[in-house]
Amino acid sequence: MSQHIVSAKLYISVWAALICLTVATAAVSYLELGPFNIVLALTIATCKMLLVALFFMGLKYISDRMTIVVIVAGLFWLGILVVLGMSDYVSRAWY
Amino acid sequence: MRLRRFLLSDSPTVVATHNPDLQHHFSSMEQQQDASMLGMWVFLITEIMFFGGMFFGYMVYRFYYYAAWLEGSQHMDFWWGTINTVVLLCSSLTMVLAVRSTQLNRRKSTVVFLLVTILFGLAFLGIKAIEYHGHWTEHQFPGLNWSWPGPYSSQVALFFSFYWAMTGFHALHMVIGIGLVLFIAYHAWKGKYSALYFNPVENVGLYWHFVDIVWIYLYPLLYLIGHKKG
Amino acid sequence: MATVAVPIERENYLNKEYGVASWLFTTDHKRIALLYLLSITFFFFIGGFFALLIRLELLTPAGDLVQADTYNKLFTMHGQVMVFFFLIPAVPAVLGNFLIPLMIGAKDLAFPRINLLSWYLYIIGGLFMMYTIVNGGVDTGWTFYTPLSTQFLDTHVVAAALAIFIAGFSSILTGLNFIVTIHRMRAPGMTWSRLPLFVWANYATAIIQVLGTPVLAITLMLVALERIFRLGIFNPQMGGDPLLFQHLFWFYSHPAVYIMILPGMGVVSEIVTCFTRKRIFGYRFMAVALIAIAVLGFLVWAHHMFIAGISLYSALAFSLLSYFVAVPSAIKVFNWTATMYKGSVSFDTPMLYALGFIGLFTMGGLTGLFLAALGIDVHVTDTYFVIAHFHYIMVGGMVIAYLAGIHFWWPKISGRMYPEFWGKLAAMIIFVGFNLTFFPQFVLGYMGMPRRYWQYSPEFQVLNVLSTAGATILAVGYVLPMVYLLWSMRYGKLADANPWDAAGLEWTTSSPPTTFNFDETPVVTWEAYNYDELDAPKEVPLER
Repeated sequence: MSQHIVSAKLYISVWAALICLTVATAAVSYLELGPFNIVLALTIATCKMLLVALFFMGLKYISDRMTIVVIVAGLFWLGILVVLGMSDYVSRAWY
Repeated sequence: MRLRRFLLSDSPTVVATHNPDLQHHFSSMEQQQDASMLGMWVFLITEIMFFGGMFFGYMVYRFYYYAAWLEGSQHMDFWWGTINTVVLLCSSLTMVLAVRSTQLNRRKSTVVFLLVTILFGLAFLGIKAIEYHGHWTEHQFPGLNWSWPGPYSSQVALFFSFYWAMTGFHALHMVIGIGLVLFIAYHAWKGKYSALYFNPVENVGLYWHFVDIVWIYLYPLLYLIGHKKG
Repeated sequence: MATVAVPIERENYLNKEYGVASWLFTTDHKRIALLYLLSITFFFFIGGFFALLIRLELLTPAGDLVQADTYNKLFTMHGQVMVFFFLIPAVPAVLGNFLIPLMIGAKDLAFPRINLLSWYLYIIGGLFMMYTIVNGGVDTGWTFYTPLSTQFLDTHVVAAALAIFIAGFSSILTGLNFIVTIHRMRAPGMTWSRLPLFVWANYATAIIQVLGTPVLAITLMLVALERIFRLGIFNPQMGGDPLLFQHLFWFYSHPAVYIMILPGMGVVSEIVTCFTRKRIFGYRFMAVALIAIAVLGFLVWAHHMFIAGISLYSALAFSLLSYFVAVPSAIKVFNWTATMYKGSVSFDTPMLYALGFIGLFTMGGLTGLFLAALGIDVHVTDTYFVIAHFHYIMVGGMVIAYLAGIHFWWPKISGRMYPEFWGKLAAMIIFVGFNLTFFPQFVLGYMGMPRRYWQYSPEFQVLNVLSTAGATILAVGYVLPMVYLLWSMRYGKLADANPWDAAGLEWTTSSPPTTFNFDETPVVTWEAYNYDELDAPKEVPLER
């Protein structure tokens, strides 16, 4: 349980950063970058996700390791589905 | 590191023996709150896997039908999507401020922040309704009224299948989220939460932020594939 | 004529309150476990009924008992009911619910109301399933393969998918409850390395339930959406890939078989140690093996798709990974055997079942390795070889482990002993009936008899007749425990707190336990399975 109480100012700063990143990703989508469009878009999305997770969801302040293990496990498992699953599709063209 | 805050004027009195919100099978409030929060995080990873199945399917077809995916994305309503992203981010701010207010025993501002969160959530759903209506009138619902003038018709239909399914399930989670926030707002108004017992508010907050994170990924994957053509 | 002293019945979780409402609104994990016991037994007999019809049809080569479409419905409903409404919940929801708080020294699970919700979700899912059955059933095979299920059938696919979707949430919530409980509610001194392996097994199972079942949920939703809205995600005519469905389906359904078997392995560890009066051989390896099976089990799913059209390179990778997952299972079998070495073995009913498990699970598991080899799989996949393989594990393994656990903990659950003679007799009838039913199916599969066929070539008849004969014996074997366990609730010998002199905190409570399990929170200072201390001569003071 997080007993740490964060200042409202920090929350608002995080929110401002999130808005800036959203504006950035929207603006960048007007540039022609080929395959990098999506790479950049997902990178920005991941930054936003981290801001929400660390500050709004409190992950930066929790002392409990188990929660981190749980989250990492969830993301890792999604990774298993995507990586092993896509390995079939990607390798179908190899012969 | 733990900061202990003392009670302010409109908070419930501390009971010397045990907290009335302590459930009988737990030995302490701390154990109860730790269990409750761990439970919510475990639930959220089930949601990662639930949405994950759709993200995987999206990836498979994007790999096969990139041109159709580009085409479909061009027909997304860029401005409504962007505004909706901002709306959800604002709702996340008000949600976390609501949790903070509970931790500070500020009953009234808790309720206000929760109600504003609900308003943002309803705004999101309203905008989605506008978008959905637009796609429907453009005959962009595969199976029911699909009609595509351009190339790769059935593949673009696949894109739209994923659009409807992914945003549809996201919207369903928003509706549930609004229901949960309403429930918490009612109990907050009744004075049930305080610095000693606020983890239901925190947990609903976690759910709300998670649904926001799903949208943070849906937005570029659906609206920002490739570059915008004018 | 002697007067019979009426035993004064102490208050326990069974007699604390009477009335239907006290059961339907209970949050006591022990009562919820019994609610599950009744429900899954009901579905076991429904699934068994379909099995009997299948075996009756297969007595003769011609399709003469039912029509082809009906036969498709029989094997589909048999599979769906048995997998989702019996095997998946059996040990976790009945024995796990009952025992985990007792074994860790807690008063209840972490979330008792969610526990009750789990049961209600199971019941609602069950009602949808009964609706499907009553309205003619589904004929897709339990695997719902597309595009057959999404495009070509008139049967109630959506209802069946919803039934399983809802039951899946029951499973997810049970898993969530167990994970949080085991992490947060262990009594003082009950460290991870002192936990009974039954708890470790349910923990590993819970990991799978929580991470795998949501993928099944979304897959079934997509099938429903595709059927209702004709979306085309799995429709080749629209550019969809039927294999995408199979990837998503098996991503859950392979780990699901580990949901079904891991709790059974936990039961066997408890029973083998008790009836050998020894500590488990290699406790750490046993615990790690459970987690390894849970994790590795997620990496092998496409071995169900070797001939479906996945890439050869992908198939090679999944084949190799499938060999890896056999290793921790083998370690467990070796360790159970090593536990029994130089132990003081007694052959009470639970031990008979446990021994049966070890042998039959080994056979089923080894034949899994045959199937994991690509070359062999091409020959025997979609034949009775596969059916025999998974029934050896599911029935010879899991159902037998479930019965083992029910008998072992029956005194604790009901406060009564079952009649030992009938227990042993039923165990032996089940063992004989099981082998007679399923061993011929290995041969049939190798000889080429395809699965899911309602008529077959005449040269397969003799083995089919043997199999059906076995099934009848097996059915008798299953009915017997129903009868004598019910009988024992009224007329069985009263059990004391620890009739088996077993280790474990659950045996320190009364039989049956009180509603809140422990009068005082226990403080644990001993290792698991400390039979050497428990059985030590009484002059030596025990540290307990």
